[in-house]
Amino acid sequence: MAVISCDHVSIRYLTGDFKAIGLKEYVIRKLTGKYHIKEFWADKDVTFTLEKRDMLGLIGSNGAGKSTLLKAVTGIMIPTYGTLHTNGSIAALLELTSGFDGNMTVRENAYLRGALLGYTRRFMDEKYEEIIRFAELEEFQDYEFKQLSSGMKSRLAFSIACLVNPDILILDEVLSVGDGAFRKKSGDKMKEILDGGVTCILVSHIIPQVRELCNKVLWLDHGRQVAFTDDVQTCCDAYEEFLITKKLPKDETQISRMAEDYIRRQARENGQGGGKAIYE
Amino acid sequence: MNRLFGKIKKYQFMFEELVNRDFKEKYKRSILGMGWSVLSPLLTLLVMKVIFSTFFGKDIPHYTIYLFSGNIVLSYYRESTRNGMNSLVDNAGIFTKINVPKYMFVLSKNVSALVNFALTLAVYFVFCAFDGIRFNFRMLLLVYPIACLLLMNIGIGMVLSALYVFFRDIRYLYDVLLTLVNYMSAVFYTVDKFPAQYRRLFLLNPVYVYIKYFRVIVIEHKIPSLAYHGLCALYAMLFLALGMVIYKKYNHQFLYYL
Repeated sequence: MAVISCDHVSIRYLTGDFKAIGLKEYVIRKLTGKYHIKEFWADKDVTFTLEKRDMLGLIGSNGAGKSTLLKAVTGIMIPTYGTLHTNGSIAALLELTSGFDGNMTVRENAYLRGALLGYTRRFMDEKYEEIIRFAELEEFQDYEFKQLSSGMKSRLAFSIACLVNPDILILDEVLSVGDGAFRKKSGDKMKEILDGGVTCILVSHIIPQVRELCNKVLWLDHGRQVAFTDDVQTCCDAYEEFLITKKLPKDETQISRMAEDYIRRQARENGQGGGKAIYE
Repeated sequence: MNRLFGKIKKYQFMFEELVNRDFKEKYKRSILGMGWSVLSPLLTLLVMKVIFSTFFGKDIPHYTIYLFSGNIVLSYYRESTRNGMNSLVDNAGIFTKINVPKYMFVLSKNVSALVNFALTLAVYFVFCAFDGIRFNFRMLLLVYPIACLLLMNIGIGMVLSALYVFFRDIRYLYDVLLTLVNYMSAVFYTVDKFPAQYRRLFLLNPVYVYIKYFRVIVIEHKIPSLAYHGLCALYAMLFLALGMVIYKKYNHQFLYYL
């Protein structure tokens, strides 16, 4: 049975100048006809399924509808059309450090976040030490959260989400967390979690990361689905070619042609760049 | 029913942690901590007693307790609904990222307001003793208006928090409304001076209804009529239902506005 099945999902998003206005302003704008709500399709007709242990790389430029799709998977938003089914518990990390409370200590924040992610108190009691150790924050446990550096904050958020065993894990740009050493550690941890049978969606702008970790890839552009395939390397090649030429492929043959173009381009550039690449 | 219990169990830890956070936030910045929530209504009481005793004190028996009854109910209502109003906007960073039931935030704010109210209520009974009011089992009935008030506060908190997401000046408009409620709740005067047909109009104000319940039990040593109990429950259910309908309807739309 599919862990996530997303069937022709379209999500309408509202935007416009209605944010943070007052009642008075609302009435005035209504009367003068200046109240505009723009509707646009953040995602249009997206279809994919993920089985247990799948790791999906979600790629696409800014505004492609990646975050909106993730919000639908987590249940924060509901699809306007289409159906989206998920089986199992979800741990979602969208924009890691938001939702923490700056005035509370690291310990309190860890428990609060754990609670929000749906863990039990007993589970947090058991795992707390491990979380702090993994985040390398042993000496900062009783510091106020706002005193931490942004790298530390992300490390904590990452650790809380990863040292548990959700069925579905959603990672939005979180692998670019912390310094080089922690990045390696978090990458290793991810592989370990994947071996444990979790289904994962990873949003990343770092294509080598997608190539390395993912076995499926979903490419979105302006809400439209460009590709969903398990041929990760070809799709990533085509995507990197797209980033250079800005031309979208229309079908699979174009994707493989773009991938070939990219490989040729790489070879050419490596040839120009001297012999370094040859040794690798 | 089983589903409800399952849900409670599932979100129990989250709820505890949210309550925990609200408490810490509230008492962290004041040196007196919880003591302040006892001291503050006492100071209000003192001021009102000094000012209004000469005008109304002679006609109203147990005037201090009369004032105090109005004060504690009104200030509980005020604190609870004001905190409730902020609950969605304050927690936007959480529920736009993690899928959690949004009413949790209103509920947790209500718990801290309720605990505060319990503290002032203890002081209230001490004052009753000093004022020569004898305790009896009838006073246990006060649980009823408190429960109604709690449900109503939750409902109004839900309504206000939703409105506050959509319109940010609701905060100021609600302050104006609170001032009106303050004067219409007969905190320091008695409605007996009004002609009978106007007196009934006061019952349109739910805060007054609950205040009066307190006074009837504590000062008049009587039990309000069955119809009066119905009225108490009606207001509670009305606002609670309204809040739930609004949350149900706009559950997935709040995030566009934040």
